[in-house]
Amino acid sequence: MPKQTLPQVPIKKGEPAYKLWIFEPGWKGELPLILNPRQLAEQKRPALLPGHRLCAGCAAPIIVKLASFAFRGPTIVVNATGCLEVATTIFPYTSWAVPWIHNAFENAASTGSGVEAAIKALKKTGRLPYDHVDVVIFGGDGGTFDIGFQALSGAAERGHDFLYILYDNEAYMNTGIQRSGGTPPFAWTTTSPVGKVIPGKQQAKKPIADIMVAHRIPYVATATPAHWLDLMKKVRKGIEVDGPAFIHALSPCDRGWRHGTELAIEIARRAVDTCYFPLWEWTPETGYMLTDRSLAIARNPSLKQPIEKFVEVQGRFKHLLKPENRELLKKFQEYVDMVWEDLLKRAVNTPK
Amino acid sequence: MAELRGYKELPIGAIPFRLSTDYKTGDWRALRPVVDHNKCVKCMLCWIYCPDMAVIWDGEKILINYDYCKGCGLCAHECPVKAITMEPEPTE
Repeated sequence: MPKQTLPQVPIKKGEPAYKLWIFEPGWKGELPLILNPRQLAEQKRPALLPGHRLCAGCAAPIIVKLASFAFRGPTIVVNATGCLEVATTIFPYTSWAVPWIHNAFENAASTGSGVEAAIKALKKTGRLPYDHVDVVIFGGDGGTFDIGFQALSGAAERGHDFLYILYDNEAYMNTGIQRSGGTPPFAWTTTSPVGKVIPGKQQAKKPIADIMVAHRIPYVATATPAHWLDLMKKVRKGIEVDGPAFIHALSPCDRGWRHGTELAIEIARRAVDTCYFPLWEWTPETGYMLTDRSLAIARNPSLKQPIEKFVEVQGRFKHLLKPENRELLKKFQEYVDMVWEDLLKRAVNTPK
Repeated sequence: MAELRGYKELPIGAIPFRLSTDYKTGDWRALRPVVDHNKCVKCMLCWIYCPDMAVIWDGEKILINYDYCKGCGLCAHECPVKAITMEPEPTE
């Protein structure tokens, strides 16, 4: 096999533009969590290399990239089947600069549990050359809400020390936009088409993060790539806690949500501004805590925007803007308000 | 299939072994981002949000690696000072 080299890009200061994450045996300490963007650009390199074949403008690699800036040292990534897995590891290519494993669609959490158990066993017998190795699992919404839920629930119950990051693009985008448990009501997908009979998906979105809260695991949070500082801090907290942690990250998908390729971050921002996707974190000690923009909206409700702001930029919701469907839009607004009001009641840092 | 193989003969799994940096995704692009260095305030948002790791900070200015840029336009849309513009690919 010929020796492979990473492309050389002239860099005057800082690390080379692309690098593999190699930790010498005996490596100790923790990688710092840098929050200054310029220092970040000089000192950190993402765990995902360019050349992956995710669609232009996909938010999943942004989530992976931001999460990898918060890794604290040697990390093993486990991947559920999904867009991220099929597009980053097309044989014989791999885009991962960190150790990576994929097994099957439904058992990402179980595979992660096994990796974590092996690390524990190696540590016990003194064969692990590092003082800590973290396990981070990336799963799509199909592999988490529906197919992989049993494995995730079991792994959370057994208390393995991993961080599960769900990048939620709200349908089975990889196979052609079929509805999943994560699809919001009234959204168009190929298996919940909009027509005379039904106006898109008729059921609600499964509250996966609340379900993980009900498991009483040490850390649960929601995040979006648009609020990148918030996402990085949450990933670091999730890695640092001892036990399972879960992060639900919204990942706008330009093919499935029918929006322009340049709008992924804008839509994630609008999802938070309209309270469609509130940002919060939960730990058993503190309870629900609103963070970042959602906390600002709770303090000043005039910042909350109507759901039209979120709907108007997406083709999957375009039927909601027709005059005859005004009733549906009202229903959608009521659904979003219901979820938001419920969260405000439970959050401990809501201004009273 | 020539013969049936038992579980001991089967390989353990598929191992992707080549770096995807060999695969240049730049030819997917229809519009290319061009940075105006006079307008750029070096806020790094394009570097943070680029899904293809095609924006590079060389210590002094922002560079775009056209080998990998898929031309999504996210950097131009998120740029707070509109220093990045999307221009049509030059045709030979």
